[in-house]
Amino acid sequence: MEAEREVLDVLARNAREDIEDIAAQTGLDADAVEAAIASLEADGVVHGYQAVVDWDRTEDGKIRALVEINVELDRETGYEQVADRIAKFPAVDALHLVSGDYDFAVEVLGGSMDDVSRFISEQVAPMPEVTQTVTHYIMETYKDGGVRFADGDDDDRLSVSP
Amino acid sequence: MRTAERARELPESGIRKFFELAEARDDVISLGVGEPDFSAPWAARNAAIGGLERGRTSYTANRGTAELREAIATRHEGYDQSYDPGEEVLVTTGASEAVDLAFRTLVDPGDTVAIHEPSYISYAPGVELAGGEPLSVPTRAADDFALTPECLEAAGAGETDLLVLCYPNNPTGATMTDAQLAEVAAFCREHDLRVVADEIYSALTYGADHASIATQPGMRERTVVVNGFSKAYAMTGLRLGYALGPADAIDAMNRIHQYTMLSAPTTAQIAALEALRSCDDEVREMVEEYNRRRRLVVSRFNAMGLDTFEPGGAFYAFPECGGDDEAFAEELLEAEGVAVVPGSVFGAGGEGHLRVSYATSMRELKEATDRIARFLEERD
Repeated sequence: MEAEREVLDVLARNAREDIEDIAAQTGLDADAVEAAIASLEADGVVHGYQAVVDWDRTEDGKIRALVEINVELDRETGYEQVADRIAKFPAVDALHLVSGDYDFAVEVLGGSMDDVSRFISEQVAPMPEVTQTVTHYIMETYKDGGVRFADGDDDDRLSVSP
Repeated sequence: MRTAERARELPESGIRKFFELAEARDDVISLGVGEPDFSAPWAARNAAIGGLERGRTSYTANRGTAELREAIATRHEGYDQSYDPGEEVLVTTGASEAVDLAFRTLVDPGDTVAIHEPSYISYAPGVELAGGEPLSVPTRAADDFALTPECLEAAGAGETDLLVLCYPNNPTGATMTDAQLAEVAAFCREHDLRVVADEIYSALTYGADHASIATQPGMRERTVVVNGFSKAYAMTGLRLGYALGPADAIDAMNRIHQYTMLSAPTTAQIAALEALRSCDDEVREMVEEYNRRRRLVVSRFNAMGLDTFEPGGAFYAFPECGGDDEAFAEELLEAEGVAVVPGSVFGAGGEGHLRVSYATSMRELKEATDRIARFLEERD
């Protein structure tokens, strides 16, 4: 388990590290790293590997919105069933059940504000369990996936010091 | 203007030359930096800003604020060290001031001071400025640069008045275990040596916790421990350190401090207090990242044929390059734009080695070690 944790710490910082470098950084051998990754994946600890993207810097951009959703449950329908239905839409990037004033926090990714609005009004709002939605368009992203989106990581230290 | 002889006689630091060579180029990856690449934890910086906003810009008590001394003493209780915050703690402007005060307080003209080498470059000049004579005690690669009674004996350290001890060590990254320190402590008791223990890297150890000579039997009363916030909390530029020791020594150090410094920077004291209160998780994360880099760098050096012992602390590796380390470092900089510091700059025992700082991003470390490997191949 210790090995898996060490490998996970490396991957969580940089999923593109190659096996040899992970081995060097953790003090494990390459086979042990491969085994740890296989078991992290098999156990559903690691679900995938993605780039941290600042979509605002891409040419055609993407619109992101945080959507609050309130639902009403009944005898046959629990959060799990509602979540399952919402999560199936590819526009839904992330879906969380949260505490507080509303039930689900949903991150929606679309090509335009229009796309996102239409998705919410035509697909999500009409679902029988959904009683209310509030959409917040993301104007600017400053930090995502633990990475600060900013220029200039200037190292202003003296190049050689005692 | 005519300058005083003691200033004129101070030698130029050997690091200066490499600094100038490296600064002259703009494509350099530097593994020559003796400070963290992280910034101080935000909570500490934010506390400093808050202090400024509230107008806390006056002097503090000479010894430092009562809250900070209390927090420092509490922190050291966790290391089985008990110091009275009222009388046995002195907050200083960087650990450097604490080292200087310790020399000026403990060294009489003509006293000799044993300094194990390779070591940080400021000790010998500090001893000379205090009127003492430094005695070099070379440590050996065969001992992974730990200080042994044999090294002390061979250099004639039994005749000296004071020992400077710095582990985890700059430049080697070496650490010492309690068992090894017990042998040095026995030597100190036998020869009635006092000790200045510079433990500035104590928070940066990998695998085993830091061991302090001050916890050895009979050593607390003859040891001034120097520590600070620069390395652990990545706040070198805030200049905040401290000394712990017997009340009479700390009192004497404070007498000099009150005339020469008055008090350590107030803003830095505020940041340091917050660092002790709330930033240990960040320190742990920094240590984990240093540890990954340490393993990568050591394994890469050994793989390319530069023998490197496993350093237990600080953020330095000390690979053996053989032969003329200054020439090696100059050629490496010239050919590949990678700056390292030749081991001989740090005194006897450092020759044939390089100090490689891994306080640099993983990406740069990979690129730099790739370049060094290429340099070695093309040199053969």
